Amino acid sequence: MTTIAIPSGMPQYDDVPRYDVATVRADFPILDREVNGHRLVYLDSANTSHKPRQVLGVLAEHYARHNANVSRSVHTLGTEATEAYEGARAKVAAFINAPSVDEVVFTKNSTEAINIVAYAFSNASLRPDGDPRFRLGPGDEVVISEMEHHSNIVPWQLLCERTGATLRWFPVTDSGRLDESGLDDLVTERTKIVSLVHMSNILGTVNATARITERVREVGALLLLDCSQSVPHMPMDVVDYDADFIVFTGHKMCGPTGIGVLWGRAELLAAMPPVFGGGSMIETVAMGGSTFAAPPARFEAGTPPIAEAVALGAAVDYLSGIGMRAIQWHEKELTAYALDALATVPGLRIFGPTVPVGRGGTISFALGDVHPHDVGQVLDSLGVQVRVGHHCARPVCTRFGVPATTRASFYLYTTTEEIDALVAGLEQVRKVFG
Amino acid sequence: MQLDQLYQEIILDHYKHPHGRGLRDADDPADQVAEAHHVNPTCGDEVTVRVATDGDVLHDVSYDGMGCSISQASASVLHELLTGRRAGEAFVVHEAFVQLMSGRGQVTPDEDVLGDGVAFAGVARYPARVKCALLPWMAFKDAAARAGVGASPSEVKA
Repeated sequence: MTTIAIPSGMPQYDDVPRYDVATVRADFPILDREVNGHRLVYLDSANTSHKPRQVLGVLAEHYARHNANVSRSVHTLGTEATEAYEGARAKVAAFINAPSVDEVVFTKNSTEAINIVAYAFSNASLRPDGDPRFRLGPGDEVVISEMEHHSNIVPWQLLCERTGATLRWFPVTDSGRLDESGLDDLVTERTKIVSLVHMSNILGTVNATARITERVREVGALLLLDCSQSVPHMPMDVVDYDADFIVFTGHKMCGPTGIGVLWGRAELLAAMPPVFGGGSMIETVAMGGSTFAAPPARFEAGTPPIAEAVALGAAVDYLSGIGMRAIQWHEKELTAYALDALATVPGLRIFGPTVPVGRGGTISFALGDVHPHDVGQVLDSLGVQVRVGHHCARPVCTRFGVPATTRASFYLYTTTEEIDALVAGLEQVRKVFG
Repeated sequence: MQLDQLYQEIILDHYKHPHGRGLRDADDPADQVAEAHHVNPTCGDEVTVRVATDGDVLHDVSYDGMGCSISQASASVLHELLTGRRAGEAFVVHEAFVQLMSGRGQVTPDEDVLGDGVAFAGVARYPARVKCALLPWMAFKDAAARAGVGASPSEVKA
């Protein structure tokens, strides 16, 4: 083997931040369990990640010691709960380098976050004093892509139905990349918002956003990045990405379910009308009408998922403690290993980039003409947990002419041994259905 | 859980060598012909079942679809069990199959009624797969109703 020396002064491979995977795995109680008589091999983190005891502990501790409602009590428990809730907001803001803590809106998940933006457009369009950036009507356009999760398709389809605007989309290339060739025709002065997935949940593709952002700025549109699959796996800096909104969800990043994030530029959130009405989101209420709180409270009607937010803060602490660069590199190595290993399986076809560049650790594939349900079932009998189906990204399946795919996805606790178990399991699938 | 309970040899046989696959026109032009297309939205499996009947005998139960081994084998078994039957008998078989699939593995199937359908007993232990097995049977029920042969009011708890 030839060793290529990297000139001194350049970044060396040894400089890559690393962590001990065995130590990390010891933090996740569930990784010890068995499934169907085999050691659990969990390759479904793109669906939901596992939670380390540091997060589980904070969740339990909050209910055991600090439980109270937030933002409305003068008593001690209420103050503690409010401080914990707002403290989590500050942690999340720092995690994505948000210029202001008030730019972080807690939601239920990414889906709700996208819907809030879509309904803000809708509501602004109905009000004569609605901010022109959020007013939408016939002749206006919303741009998404063919590789979106249903949560970044359906809210915009519904918005376009309500307002008469037109939905357009970037196609996907044969190799599973975003086809930007028509960018200038697709994103035009008619475009009001481009809502794009940062990392595809089915193809694993990580979209390069710079050219699109530049075009979005040129035409004066807004840019939303669906970061559900990227924020858990790589460093995110909203200033650097120059986005207007990003959304992500807690349960895919070691946090609990029921908590997600909408980040938006302060001046945009301030220009958005409310979406859900209720307690906490108001300034003053009279029977004749109400005025509304400033963001983020304006978008957090009702009692929020308090413990979940606090636990998300703990998840952010946990991930930051390991280091997002280190997690990203670990997954890059795993992805390279997995792509090589899967290439040895006869009849296996990968949907999405087949090189570990511009992609994350989520790999969809077909095994001959064995249906993914059957692939998943045989793998499950061996303790290997993968997702099968259309992954809430049916247009991608249609694009590649399959009803469904099998998907393996990795995270900070995944090991190369687990990828070996997947490959061995696929051999078993071929035996049963060969 | 044992995988071979789920993937019985009979099921794999029907999957690899499906019986009566393909949508067919009625031989007798006087027959009522109707079809129903059902999909499983979680996995994208789909099946179309077509029934040709004179109101008494099901002259043909034909089908086409794409999906996993369980759903496609189930369609093959459906065709085999119900084609040529009188409607009343067909619904007895239908009812028995639905009961078997809703039984969480606690129902002992009657081979005289269900024929190769007994191989699906193991599927009932896998809640995620029950819908796969039922997909063609539910499509059949709709198609039969559209062809004018009444469906028995069985509830599916899957």
